[in-house]
Amino acid sequence: MADAALFEFLHTEMVAELWARAPDPSPGGQKTSLSVLEGMGFRVGQALGERLPRETLAFREEQPPKEVPALGGRVLDCPLTLQIGDHWDQRGGAVGSCSRPPPHPQWYTALCPQGTYILQDNDFPLLVRMAAGPQYLEEAPKFLAFTCGLLRGTLSTLGIKSLVTASVTTLPACKFQVVIQRA
Amino acid sequence: MAVCIAVIAKENYLLYIRSIPTENELKFHYMVHTSLNVVDEKISALGKALVDQRELSPSLLYPTEDHNVYGYVTNSKVEFVMVVDLSNKALRVNEICSMFRKLHNSYTDVMCNPFYNPGDCIHSRAFDSTVTSMMTQVC
Repeated sequence: MADAALFEFLHTEMVAELWARAPDPSPGGQKTSLSVLEGMGFRVGQALGERLPRETLAFREEQPPKEVPALGGRVLDCPLTLQIGDHWDQRGGAVGSCSRPPPHPQWYTALCPQGTYILQDNDFPLLVRMAAGPQYLEEAPKFLAFTCGLLRGTLSTLGIKSLVTASVTTLPACKFQVVIQRA
Repeated sequence: MAVCIAVIAKENYLLYIRSIPTENELKFHYMVHTSLNVVDEKISALGKALVDQRELSPSLLYPTEDHNVYGYVTNSKVEFVMVVDLSNKALRVNEICSMFRKLHNSYTDVMCNPFYNPGDCIHSRAFDSTVTSMMTQVC
């Protein structure tokens, strides 16, 4: 499917454009570009959230956020991983080509009980093209902002307020940290 | 044949309503409004149990003597309410299901439009034509 390559090109150009136009190379200007990217990802995530298969909702509804917050970290484990997994498969399915197997993210709950989830992808498609290893580590976060917004947007469509941040230690592996915010 | 179709947002305000302009439209608006209570009841009642039935099958909310009101809730808590005329022939549940599915697909397309802000009223021509096709189809 050519869709995967199209999206990768578009994404690369988006990042390049925002950085070329940023008149302010200091961290303040970079933050604006990052938040623009994240905002775009958020809007796309909201739309993608509508397309998710309805079975994902079934698990989530068992535990509305009003219930016992102490159990929240554990109780949300099942539905959230299901949603993130489905969502990732969708994106992975779109981005993977026939010659490359789709990425297999591993997710696990962190020790923090307030509902922090870490999604680790060892083969993130948008970073695979850049390098393997620590070479372009400073450039990597720009390419993750859109995806952070995407995850946040999808979760918000499903009614979950969250905060998503990303970190990279070695390309192309990256970690997305999702913190569920209690209303 | 659907007589009135409404889309209600998560915060319980109307995103879209359309009805056949033959008779007193206000009556349909009232019907939709009162059926919202039933939708909320069903959602909270089914909240504890396993609910994968809910998305797949729209539920009959309120039968009156010549109309049936059906409701359907999406992932993002957007509700579709459809008032159906009973005078022609009885619509089977499958047909109602397929109508709601088409409606949901149209709504998803509206959401994917980058110029549409979630929460605004729906002004999409494609959505209008889907709704029109449902209102005038003679099964």
